[in-house]
Amino acid sequence: MKHKYIPNVATLKIDKDKCIGCGMCISVCPHDVFELKDKKAQIKDLDSCMECGACVKNCVVKALNVNKGVG
Amino acid sequence: MEIGEINTSVGVIKKISTTLSLKDKIDGCKVRWGINRFNYTVPTGIYAVGNPGDKAPVLVTADYKLTFDLLRKELSGLDLWILVIDTKGINVWCAAGKGTFGNYELLKVLNKVKLKELISHNTLILPQLGAPGIAAHVIKKAGFQVVYGPVRAEDIREFLGNGMVKTESMKRVRFDFKDRLVLTPMEFIPDLKYAAPFLPLIFIFNLLIISNKTIGEIVILTLINYIPLFIALVAGSVLVPILLPYVPFRAFSLKGLTLGLIWSFAFYKIYSLFLIPDSILVKIAYICYILFISSYSALQFTGSSTYTSLSGTTKETIASIIWGGLLCVVGTLLLISYKLMMG
Repeated sequence: MKHKYIPNVATLKIDKDKCIGCGMCISVCPHDVFELKDKKAQIKDLDSCMECGACVKNCVVKALNVNKGVG
Repeated sequence: MEIGEINTSVGVIKKISTTLSLKDKIDGCKVRWGINRFNYTVPTGIYAVGNPGDKAPVLVTADYKLTFDLLRKELSGLDLWILVIDTKGINVWCAAGKGTFGNYELLKVLNKVKLKELISHNTLILPQLGAPGIAAHVIKKAGFQVVYGPVRAEDIREFLGNGMVKTESMKRVRFDFKDRLVLTPMEFIPDLKYAAPFLPLIFIFNLLIISNKTIGEIVILTLINYIPLFIALVAGSVLVPILLPYVPFRAFSLKGLTLGLIWSFAFYKIYSLFLIPDSILVKIAYICYILFISSYSALQFTGSSTYTSLSGTTKETIASIIWGGLLCVVGTLLLISYKLMMG
């Protein structure tokens, strides 16, 4: 069962122009928030984002931003 | 834990067992209850499992012994190295979130154990949940390739077996019944602080309204009066975690409030069992306290959950402080009103 938390609050943002489509965010995200489309990452399920910051930390081109919690 | 030593080019390395002793299991249970929890570590450095050579995989983990034990018990029959980094006795995910499962700590231990001299490859397998603390591209500059492995140690064997490819389920964090159940003791114990202040409050209330009983009798009466609030604490800190997906609402405080409301209806019918005065003012005061305790203690579980965000918890915490504060004030004003009416 997939747990769902309060909707429409996650602060995750992606800068499509910077994204190089490496897929690292997809690899580290624990909640399947991203998908790869046309060689760019995009957010497919924002409400599942728990703002852990794994994607931001591992984005080599700094295309991601989130108001990160402490986990 | 240690079952010998192996001599390597970088010195003697301790070899560890992949089975947990009875003591490991008992100690593991104790930390789940908060006993010795902040002093439960293994020394940082490198350990051997089986008979690893220079091509053996390297797994990186935290120095919390509960974490280390969960990892090593999944590795029987494998030959590999385990690199333990200094996370101050905190598990991988929490340490990554707070920064100690981080680039600096990893690089520090890599240098300390001279890993480059020990292995002939440059791949480090990190738990996926280490990613909030580690930047793979930063570690790459030091000459190591970071591979984020599965979330759970139980999947490592399969992960290594199929050429370090993660299945979808290996990537996902779960929060199943058992995952939640083991957390309840350390929800209940710290949440006592939200319920405990009502004990002296009820005691003072009883002192003010009762004149023909001894102090000892009033203490016993207070403890009996307190049972409904204790049940509210169990509802918020134990039942909400256990029943999490089955309790309505997404906000944890509202889940707690829901169970608190259900208990309040029952309490309203059976209040006399707890020797509580037959007064609507007193009964509603108790219900205010029940609702505060159940919702506020349930809110605390967001800190242990695996899917709540900072933005969401901030939102419901602010609301909870306002509503919770109001409930406490209204409850106490009702008790004061009762005392004033009694004369």
